[in-house]
Amino acid sequence: MLDSLIQGILLGGYYAVLAAGLSLMFGVVRFINLAHGDMAVLGALGSLWLVQSAGVVVPLAIVITLIGMAALGWLMQRFIFERALAGGFLIPILTTIGLGAALQNGMFAAFGSNTQSLGAHIGNLSWSSWQLPGGIIVGQLPVYMFATAVLVLGSLHLLLTRTAFGRAVRSTSTDAEAASLCGVDPRKVHRWAAAIAVALAGLAGIFLAMRAQVTPFSGPMMLIFAFEAVVIGGIGSLRGTLIGGIVLGVVQALGALISPQISILAGHLVFLAVLGWRLMHVAASERGGWRAALKAVFNKPDLSRSQA
Amino acid sequence: MTPAQTLPMAASDRRLLVLVGIVLLALVTLPWLGSALIVDKLIYLFILVMFAVMWNLLAGYAGLVSVGQQAFIGLGGYALVRLVEAGLPPFPTIFLAAALTGVVAWALSWFMLRMKAGEFAVATWVIAETIRSIVMFDPIVQGETGTSLLALNAYDPDLRRMVLYLLSLGSMVVMVGGTWVLLQRRIGAESQAIRDDEDAAASIGISTFQVKQRIYIIASVGCALAGALWLASAITFQPRTSFGVQWSVFMLFMVLVGGIGTFIGPILGALLFFALQEIFGDFGAWYLAGIGIVAILFALYLPRGLVGLWLDRGRDEPLSLRKRLRLRE
Repeated sequence: MLDSLIQGILLGGYYAVLAAGLSLMFGVVRFINLAHGDMAVLGALGSLWLVQSAGVVVPLAIVITLIGMAALGWLMQRFIFERALAGGFLIPILTTIGLGAALQNGMFAAFGSNTQSLGAHIGNLSWSSWQLPGGIIVGQLPVYMFATAVLVLGSLHLLLTRTAFGRAVRSTSTDAEAASLCGVDPRKVHRWAAAIAVALAGLAGIFLAMRAQVTPFSGPMMLIFAFEAVVIGGIGSLRGTLIGGIVLGVVQALGALISPQISILAGHLVFLAVLGWRLMHVAASERGGWRAALKAVFNKPDLSRSQA
Repeated sequence: MTPAQTLPMAASDRRLLVLVGIVLLALVTLPWLGSALIVDKLIYLFILVMFAVMWNLLAGYAGLVSVGQQAFIGLGGYALVRLVEAGLPPFPTIFLAAALTGVVAWALSWFMLRMKAGEFAVATWVIAETIRSIVMFDPIVQGETGTSLLALNAYDPDLRRMVLYLLSLGSMVVMVGGTWVLLQRRIGAESQAIRDDEDAAASIGISTFQVKQRIYIIASVGCALAGALWLASAITFQPRTSFGVQWSVFMLFMVLVGGIGTFIGPILGALLFFALQEIFGDFGAWYLAGIGIVAILFALYLPRGLVGLWLDRGRDEPLSLRKRLRLRE
């Protein structure tokens, strides 16, 4: 039980990195990239290819993948998403789901359907562990990944709150038009935000490749996990994303105690419960808070007041 | 001031309808003449048309862009398998399965329709995944393995094919015709107003939630019916295939390429998609990747689809749902 709890928390770091990119795109560029998970898989398979076929050492492969993914994000924003966003809310959804299909099947055609893992290339790191007092065994890799996740999200937080670039991002996400009046080029901000978001997806993909197996069709599930973490933690805050990722990780780890199938389902159900609660909360506040909302449901509407 | 007169249907549209009537008559007689292979392929084409028309109703007319309609495709198929397993006759149960899925859609609508745009899209997908995980707990589905509609093997294959063909053809005609009638009515104008600006629609007194709910349920029942018919023709129920997101990609492709928010667009898109699958389907993954790329290109450069090209050449949209008015001199 405690074992699963710790594993869940550590898994949460991976979900948080995955979710942070999605959250950044949604918060700054204002659309949900439905191909986010597929981009993570691209990062995973790209680094695997570098290691297995090009013979690059793992740390260098990670750096090359992250830079490549950032460049890809910048280019996608420049040449695809910018145009899509100009077409209303419908076009970005259609474009990114088409992109997802193209990426999944393109990677399947290029890399084959073999499930692959970086685990074989990182020496004994993939199985070595520490023994904590009380007989709890913690894998070293999950701890390193969690630490990296906290480090990355922490520096991203500092970048967004303490630097000129961060101010530009925050002002653009609040009101792009007003920001452009103040000398911020929203398009530039969007491109760099997309670069960071896709690089984060790539990092999450590398994490996945290290701790488990990747197939070209792993992307949709990763998108769903990312979205769940974002919604559970609350959109627009990196701390929330980390908490959301940890909650999702813990729920899945606890669900896995019962059966592997329940693990994923438990995550979905917690997500739906949080979403339902939030939607009810919005509905309640529209009616003047919970007390008024309950009154509105259980009593007849107060007509005399509405006519006044 | 006298109200403007609406003109009757354009002559070209009436000619088109006569042509469609002739084609339908030919299609009804086809199973007595055509080969089994052609009949099977046409069943699939009819199912594609149903998917496209239903997704267009949902996304193109009511602005509810779902990437989770596979929830209802899968549920329709699952309900069919479950009920037939319980001893019901297969063919009438197809319709019962669709109706039961409608009840699920009604229950979900209270929750789903409170979300907006992108959030709604991903949430529909999560719902589809959730329903799939739950269905996989059913012992007859056996997790990933799936199950088969063995009861259908009791029928003579030719008879089975013929009945399925006629049921699919009939369902398609009812769905396409029903959509036409529905969109001509008040709810058609209301749903388009909601798609274009929900707040503005609410401010002129449209019950936005109710309209969206009706469209959502109709589109879900339609997908469930098409899904149940597809399952009856494919026989094998596998949760990963029936609840797969590829259905949403197909629907999106057909509607987008044909022309979203037009009546004839999705039907053209379904015909084109069917033809592409026949020609390039053997390329497997590369073909599916190509479908994705074509969808991106259409979304970016030709968002009104093939019908848009037609309109750009200054011609009238065939079978347009727009009312034509006679201007008073």
